[in-house]
Amino acid sequence: MQYHRPTSFNEAAALANQATGETRFLAGGTDVLVQLRADIVTPDTLIDIKSIPGVGDISQAPDGSWTIGIAVPGAEMREHVQLGQDWPGLVEAMDLIGSTQVQGRATLVGNLCNGSPAADSVPAMVAAGVELSVTGPTGNRRIAAVDVPVAPGRTSLAKGEVVSAVHVPARGTNAGDAYLRFIPRTEMDIAVVGCAVNLSLDTEGTVTAARVALGAVAPTVLLVEDAANALIGSSLDDKALDRLASAASAACNPISDKRGTVEFRTHVAGVLAKRTAKIAYARAQGENT
Amino acid sequence: MALDDQKPSGFKFVGTSPDRPDGLDKVTGRARFGADAYAPGMLHGAVVRSPHAHARIIRIDTSKAEALEGVKAVVTRADFVDGLQGEFGFVLENVMAGEKALYDGHAVAAVAASSQLIARDAVKLVEVEYEVLPHVTDVDAAMAENAPVLNDSYADASVPAGHHPNVVRYHDSGHGDIDAGFAEADLVIEDSFKTEATHQGYIEPHACLASLGGDGKGELWCTTQGHWIAQKTCAALVGIDTSQLRVTASEIGGGFGGKTTVFIEPVALALSRKANRPVKIVMTRSEVFRATGPTSSTSMDIKIGMKKDGTITAAQGIFRLQGGAFPGAPMEFSAMCAFAPYALANVHQVGYDVISNRPKQAAYRAPGAPMASFAVESVIDELCSQLDLDPIDVRLKNASREGTKASYGPKFERIGLVETLEAAKAHPHYSAPLEPGQGRGISCGFWFNHGGETSVSLALSEDGTCQISVGTPDIGGSRASMALMAAEELGIPYENIRVTIADTATLGYNDVSHGSRVTYASGLATIKAAKDAVGKLCKRAAAKWGIPEDAVYWEDGCAKPSGANAGNFDPMPLAKITKSMGRTGGPISGHFEATPEGAGVSFGTHIVDAEVDPETGKTAVVRYTVIQDAGKAIHPSYVEGQFQGGAAQGIGWALNEEYIYGEDGRLQNSIFLDYRVPVASDLPMIDTVIVEVPNPGHPYGVRGVGETGIVPPLAAIANAVSAAAGVRLRHLPMSPPRILRALKDKG
Repeated sequence: MQYHRPTSFNEAAALANQATGETRFLAGGTDVLVQLRADIVTPDTLIDIKSIPGVGDISQAPDGSWTIGIAVPGAEMREHVQLGQDWPGLVEAMDLIGSTQVQGRATLVGNLCNGSPAADSVPAMVAAGVELSVTGPTGNRRIAAVDVPVAPGRTSLAKGEVVSAVHVPARGTNAGDAYLRFIPRTEMDIAVVGCAVNLSLDTEGTVTAARVALGAVAPTVLLVEDAANALIGSSLDDKALDRLASAASAACNPISDKRGTVEFRTHVAGVLAKRTAKIAYARAQGENT
Repeated sequence: MALDDQKPSGFKFVGTSPDRPDGLDKVTGRARFGADAYAPGMLHGAVVRSPHAHARIIRIDTSKAEALEGVKAVVTRADFVDGLQGEFGFVLENVMAGEKALYDGHAVAAVAASSQLIARDAVKLVEVEYEVLPHVTDVDAAMAENAPVLNDSYADASVPAGHHPNVVRYHDSGHGDIDAGFAEADLVIEDSFKTEATHQGYIEPHACLASLGGDGKGELWCTTQGHWIAQKTCAALVGIDTSQLRVTASEIGGGFGGKTTVFIEPVALALSRKANRPVKIVMTRSEVFRATGPTSSTSMDIKIGMKKDGTITAAQGIFRLQGGAFPGAPMEFSAMCAFAPYALANVHQVGYDVISNRPKQAAYRAPGAPMASFAVESVIDELCSQLDLDPIDVRLKNASREGTKASYGPKFERIGLVETLEAAKAHPHYSAPLEPGQGRGISCGFWFNHGGETSVSLALSEDGTCQISVGTPDIGGSRASMALMAAEELGIPYENIRVTIADTATLGYNDVSHGSRVTYASGLATIKAAKDAVGKLCKRAAAKWGIPEDAVYWEDGCAKPSGANAGNFDPMPLAKITKSMGRTGGPISGHFEATPEGAGVSFGTHIVDAEVDPETGKTAVVRYTVIQDAGKAIHPSYVEGQFQGGAAQGIGWALNEEYIYGEDGRLQNSIFLDYRVPVASDLPMIDTVIVEVPNPGHPYGVRGVGETGIVPPLAAIANAVSAAAGVRLRHLPMSPPRILRALKDKG
């Protein structure tokens, strides 16, 4: 196994582009190192990107948008007061991953690029409209988070491409997001269903924009347009919530496995969508929930 | 033992809760567990396991693995003793497959290499050719007419004609006239139940370090609940004399019954003999799940008749337990414990031990009893509900008492079931109001408890302190309990006593730490060994004073003349006697060995409040109270810990823990992420009430407390969840998909 510690993303991309066999990027290592020790994947090339300047920073631009470094762990996101005020759903989704120890290492990009359909932060990123900078052998490009996963364990990133930054949009006024997951326990578990909702309201409390994302109910994260449309124009009355639940359930394409049945996941997706939308709506109205 | 042999009251040390002697080591990381042993020249072992649930082994080619640099030995079944019969034969077949792999994860070969990584790579180079056979993992399917046959020679003479060869043992017991009893009932309920297999879930995986030379002399360090049984079994499997294998038990990171047998230990010994080097093996969590003993899964039919006033007129149970690929599922314990809390004129119980393509079951805390109790207590709950009777009143009305002929045969001596029920009824929990969406459940539970072969040695030091060697690994704070009991007898401070778990070479045979026997049996032996030493201390004092031995008695840590006639001497403290013992007759020790038989059964009653989310089927246990008879609590805080531990494991079993097999017969959830034990935030504070109805069979009245606590939770939680959900749940675990399904079916 070759271990590299580049000091720029261009160098990281070049190393990855030249590498043969199995290549993995190492930031928090909460998936890669576990897979290594469990004899699931033994990379031929391991590229540690924690030493690249700026990867541990969280910064806000004058327009209110945020850039989060690719090695920022969940614990630092949680402790960032302003980020938490703007994007409580994204922060709470990240915070649900693993234990306190894991939170000291785990990153948004790692969670996204591991490619698990059940990744907690991914629906929240998708609902928030997060985009990523990607550095490749021929330069940089920008890609929406929703377009990264293509199948369980697989991403759309090409050989030699590495995610170099996370961009979260400006929050805007009268807006809020939330994430809920269903697990049979209270923590330290993996989502059987995950749901993120991101809403903007007008001053009357009518929903003007909505994004609803579901996790663990299909091979990849789902951005459910019908579910969003069920909410737009409403003030989250019971009928709108019922339409939301139906749209969320209808979008599901899950499997039955050790974590839940098709029937269960499909039903609970609707239940969670309602509950998540209510929290996002309350936050958009300025309630501290 | 006669009651007047018991110490009446006035304990000085017993009944207090000092810090455990091994506490500092445990919290600082100094304690040495199974994986913490190293030896010069040590190799690392790894096991090749079958990926198939059922397959004939056509050929094993080890040549490529042996050719890998750093590989020092490869073993297969040929490296073990041939022709073992009975339980040793089953254990050998389980630790290293012979002609067939019988479950996913079954060991078929093992390697030893100079590093863990090389051993891991070598495992992949062992080529095994399999002929895959049809498999079966469900207990009912395994008994069905055309089920795949695992082994047609395992059934014993107890099995009536006409059963599938996978039915290997049969049990039938009871008394009275069942049909007449049911005819007397105002209401008869008959229902079927299933429970899935659960694992003991100990945090420490199996680990050992073995060294075996060509001279047939060996050393073994391992995490175990019983190193003498490990010694006996390993010696038999590798073909050496028992006494030539010295086994040392490490500190143990949980066992709960699962470490009462061997898995990797004989394999490490065989590898060591072949490589002529020490070999260490540490299981991964996945290996622990796939290849060590979970509990049985069950299928049960219960029929109970009750009069309108709550009198149970007859009870019948059929208990089918699948125990993996070998005989031994504890179906007779299911049958015998099922109705034990009740005084029944007419009772009948039947048990089936069924083999299937799963790992060999191992004991798990009151083996067989929790599942049976779940089924029986669910039906009693349903009867109470339909007849509009209070569930505690009904249980009190039918409760077993001193003199009751137990459902499993003998007459009960003094027992404390009624006292636990009365305490439950009086407890504020039982009358507390419930929130909407919540339900309350009650259940009783019973466990036999066990005595077992026991020996203890106690030696006094010149400075007046005491060292005790016991042979039962400390799985529940027993070192503290032994020290308290010795302090009580000797009259010296708790802190002046050191308790050590002796290895097999330094003490006589001791049974495993199981059957809730340690505080009872090793405790009894410790008391007797201390009395033995006290007799010798009195003798030395008598000699010094020049008076007869029987004119001296022991009190408050001193020898005293028994009265004015004996002479007027100042009390002689223990330290004064031991200071000169070298000159007055030599070292002073105490010994005791026996197989005590008065273990004293134990009963408990649990109260549970559960809340069910009707939209997702998720359950929260919101309040929990354990009430159990401990006989006499030597160390009350650790007794409470046992009560709480049993309840916590019961909550996991009831709600989310289960072995999940795929269509291919492979275990789907062999890591803690997907095998869902409760995490700390899943549990409420578990309240405890210690009832003390002394056991006539122990000098201080001790009853074992380790196992009874896991018997009532499954039923108590099921009764609470059924009340909260408004629908009876008959299949454990009551995972959210199962509860949601039941709610939908109810409409």
